[in-house]
Amino acid sequence: MNLFSNIADFSAFFLKSFFFPWDFRKQKIRILEQIDSVGVGSLPIIILISAFLGLVTTVQLSYQLLGLLPRYFLGAVVGRMVLIELGPILTGLIVSGRCASAMAAEIGTMRVTEQIDALESMAISPYQFLGFPRIMGTLISLPILTVFSEFVAIYTGSLYAHTFLNVPLSVYNYGLVRNFYPRDLFGGLLKSILFAFAISVSGCFFGFKVKGGAKEVGAATTYAVVTACVLILILDFIVALLVFG
Amino acid sequence: MIEIKNLTKQFDGLYVLKDVSFVVEDAKLVVILGPSGTGKTVLLKSILRLLPVESGEVYFDGKNILTAETREVYAIRRSVGFVFQSSALFDSMNVYENIALPLVEHTKISGREIREKVKELLEIVGLPGREKLYPNALSGGMKRLVSIARALALEPRYLFYDEPTTGLDPIMRERIVNLIVNLKKDFKKSGIVVTHDLETARIIGDVLYMLKDGQIKKLERIEKGIYG
Repeated sequence: MNLFSNIADFSAFFLKSFFFPWDFRKQKIRILEQIDSVGVGSLPIIILISAFLGLVTTVQLSYQLLGLLPRYFLGAVVGRMVLIELGPILTGLIVSGRCASAMAAEIGTMRVTEQIDALESMAISPYQFLGFPRIMGTLISLPILTVFSEFVAIYTGSLYAHTFLNVPLSVYNYGLVRNFYPRDLFGGLLKSILFAFAISVSGCFFGFKVKGGAKEVGAATTYAVVTACVLILILDFIVALLVFG
Repeated sequence: MIEIKNLTKQFDGLYVLKDVSFVVEDAKLVVILGPSGTGKTVLLKSILRLLPVESGEVYFDGKNILTAETREVYAIRRSVGFVFQSSALFDSMNVYENIALPLVEHTKISGREIREKVKELLEIVGLPGREKLYPNALSGGMKRLVSIARALALEPRYLFYDEPTTGLDPIMRERIVNLIVNLKKDFKKSGIVVTHDLETARIIGDVLYMLKDGQIKKLERIEKGIYG
């Protein structure tokens, strides 16, 4: 029963935050602030982790495939793995750890220090003032971050293959291009859009739910990250089933 | 005029407000006295529907906020300035942005007019030139004054003060009390003040009530040992 009521609350929160008469003039600055926080702020860590993702994937695949399959397969498999699965999910999980927790902590602190009551008392909907820009900011940032991540992972993979495995860049790229299917890219981007909803709605929802003090704010950040991660994995499976299954 | 009728609120079976009824006449300040933890803040928030209540009616100029549609609730809230005990200033915004927020959200006035209005409000509360400071650089009393300036931004008919002088030094306390008295006298603002500070209540209150054990009782005067 508790699970169902939480799902109902979660959905109601999303509807309250996302579906209302938008005033783009007022929301524009707040959305840009969130793009800066979620997108630009996450970029360095995404680049770093994606670089290692590309390296590790190439090392593992070369260990399993080289000698058994033509060398251009390395580019083909790294590319498809990164576009379909690793890029979107790794970016989603990193952003959920970094941003869902920050959103829950920020909104939760605003709740316990009466700042959300202050918004309500000024006839400003906190869902529209705090929730909507965060959802939109994440929705715009995450697909862009995912593309960055994919590019960096594939590029570092190609550099490793060229430098340490004697796979010429032209061969690696041949495999990459020959086995590129737009469906892989767009399926991955569809995942990142759904992950963006999961991350931002979890972060904001648990922030708004805080009652009490510092301990509850801490718990809210934990719930936000755990829920976002679980939702990301569930959504990943559903999209995989529908688009690639 | 604000009319509160039979307001009842409970938390986990414990009644914080039991059939609370009173009236706030125009240009009058009603002071609700009571020791800490008696539900004064709950009363203030319930009147503005910031908290759900079990039963009761709250009429702002004849309109019941507790049964009103969301749009009407927001229209009523725009007619009320709320000064929170914690000041509730937005940490991420400076003083200017805090005060300008309701103007940006609810009016179509230009940026220049907003700047002038904020400047004027800061002069009224005695904090000129502090626009660029952030809340973490303000003392408790200054935060309270900025909170009052923000509450005045939309030129509300009513002002609600939640423990306006609690935790302040005597000089700042006197400054805020004088400001509340002047706002009532010069701008004809009516409203509700909840406080446990008897001296403040004595100076600013036109009508006094005592909230105890969830029930409200009108006081003719403040006597020593009132909380007995």
